[in-house]
Amino acid sequence: MRTDARPARTAWVVLAGLVVFMLVLAGCGGGDDDSTDGGGGGDESGMLQKLGKGEGEVNLISWAGYVEPGWSKPFEQKTGCKVNNKVAGTSDEMVKLMESGQYDGVSASGNATARLVAADEVDPVNVDLVPNYKTVFDDLKNQSYNTFDDVPYGIPHGRGANLLMWNDSDVKPGPTSWDVILDPAKASKYSGKISVYDDPIYIADAAVYLKTHEPDLGIENPYQLNEEQFEAAVNLLKEQAPNVGEYWSEVEKQISGFTNGDSQVGTTWQYQYFALLEEDQPVAASPASQGFLPKEGATGWSDTWMISNKAKHPNCMYEWMNWIIEPKVNAEVAEWFGEAPAQSLACDETENPDFCADYHADNPAFWKRVYYWETPLADCGDGSGDCKDYNDWIKAWTAIKG
Amino acid sequence: MAAEAAAPRRSAGRKLAGLFHGRPRLQVGALLAGPVGWLVIGYIGSLVVLLVTSFWSVDALSGEVIQELSFDNFEALWNEPVYRDIIGRTVGIAAAVTVTDALLAFPIAFYMAKIASNRGKAILVVAILLPLWSSYLVKVLAWRTMLSDGGIINWALEPFGLNGPGYGIVAVWLVMSYLWLPYMILPIYAGLERIPDSLISASEDLGAQPLTTFRRVILPLAFPAVVAGSIFTFSLTLGDYITPRLVSSDQFIGNVIFNSIVNDQPFAAALALVPIVVMIAYLLVARRLGAFEHV
Repeated sequence: MRTDARPARTAWVVLAGLVVFMLVLAGCGGGDDDSTDGGGGGDESGMLQKLGKGEGEVNLISWAGYVEPGWSKPFEQKTGCKVNNKVAGTSDEMVKLMESGQYDGVSASGNATARLVAADEVDPVNVDLVPNYKTVFDDLKNQSYNTFDDVPYGIPHGRGANLLMWNDSDVKPGPTSWDVILDPAKASKYSGKISVYDDPIYIADAAVYLKTHEPDLGIENPYQLNEEQFEAAVNLLKEQAPNVGEYWSEVEKQISGFTNGDSQVGTTWQYQYFALLEEDQPVAASPASQGFLPKEGATGWSDTWMISNKAKHPNCMYEWMNWIIEPKVNAEVAEWFGEAPAQSLACDETENPDFCADYHADNPAFWKRVYYWETPLADCGDGSGDCKDYNDWIKAWTAIKG
Repeated sequence: MAAEAAAPRRSAGRKLAGLFHGRPRLQVGALLAGPVGWLVIGYIGSLVVLLVTSFWSVDALSGEVIQELSFDNFEALWNEPVYRDIIGRTVGIAAAVTVTDALLAFPIAFYMAKIASNRGKAILVVAILLPLWSSYLVKVLAWRTMLSDGGIINWALEPFGLNGPGYGIVAVWLVMSYLWLPYMILPIYAGLERIPDSLISASEDLGAQPLTTFRRVILPLAFPAVVAGSIFTFSLTLGDYITPRLVSSDQFIGNVIFNSIVNDQPFAAALALVPIVVMIAYLLVARRLGAFEHV
């Protein structure tokens, strides 16, 4: 009883001491102002000059379906590099994982590449050490999303368009336009059954739609939008939101949504589409006869294997980058996933002899209607004007979902 | 051999013991240095970093933090109606889950503490702890399947012409209430255990109706335990972001933090302070209600 007051007082003294210590720490933290500028590319210092012996393993970050046993096991046998793969659901996740410094490389889309370069997370790629690079399709080399200051920062993996997918027994007739999920009058028919990709980059899908349906806005590049264009796209998605059943970013979530009947129509990737077909689900997507695209065109991706500048297994990573565009392997990857290969020689190796023709692998005109993911930039990417940057996109995405 | 090896160590140990002998402050200091250091650096230190970061801003392209004082993050939090909605939704669900769990947990805990035999008590404790042995994610995904359009809940309700809640805010409330129920039952059980049976008998002997006994004797004594349990359910709900992602499309504070953390850590930090402030307020109220007096 007699000690009742004393422990309390001691506790207060300890607490006060902790607070003082905390403030001292805060002062140090605040004064620590030597922020390093992340350099904007063209920095060749970290580039590997000579290929050495493999380090025994390689840690990858990839999109679902990019690293599968079908081609990673033979790679392990050939090079002795054990493949540890981490699947990411969004470009933001990939950037975050790369920042951890624990990974050797990543299959980055165009909305991650510029950010990874600007944040100084990746090294340029010495393409002389990747013999298969020579025969990669020319229109995939030296593009704004994989080459910075004329220095290549990665190896093209393949490309494709995001799909409009629907349940064939619920959605009739098969839609040929994105209006089925974006025009409020039509979308309300499937209210609560629409499945939409959960990522700020989806705002570009609305911009692609508006490019056709509201030409007065003058949208050129759906990723570089000025105030008025951005507003229009965001408002369209705010009108869409009440009709959306689910926003997905894990592929499994969307697959279960379509399997259980919670989703009937939405945006998807080839990975989920083929996985659902495999389960005998009655899903359909824009057929080859429509060039896989709704009439407005579509957003898409052209992915690039990049190497971390903190890579602990750089030699294995180079082996991997060369392996993934080996004609046979790239053909297998492309057919398995359902995308156009990056390797021109892969077209001779596909099981389906018409595969490259079907997927327009060598048809630059087709890809004009596919808008590869890019990072939205304040200067519109070419310094031409006032565009909304990616932070604005993130904030708008939060507001859209409400 | 063993004696030889042990001899010098023993003398070093002796020396150390000598150092501590008769110095109670040093003894306590050495004993607490580890845990307190861990607490200060690991917990309070990270909170401080969070607080400091929330006043910084970020370079849009590289995501690099610009270390200059700015109130933009807090202005955005205050001015954008969407964040107010999200904070309100999160706190509302946390409160709803807490009340639901308290109502569900009290009868169970009461039965366990006062009515069940020792054997029944043991079985019930195991039954309550058992769900905690399986992965959180498995449980949420199971609920996702159950709540789906063709799931078991709709199937069971169909004969009555009813429909399950489907995915959405109700689903979040259901799943969270399920997930955190054990954290409410155990403190209440411990609190009720400590109420002597003689008090209840005395209340009866003095002529109180059962309801009066409950209202005037049991509830006041058990209330601190309820408040203690509510701290768990409330804070766990406040911080969760995976359940909302899997069984709804509604955004909670955690979801927005998750979405901002790659590109805008300062904003994520500012937002992360909201649940901390809410929790501090909650704990102060809980202290008033006596949650820390006997637990």
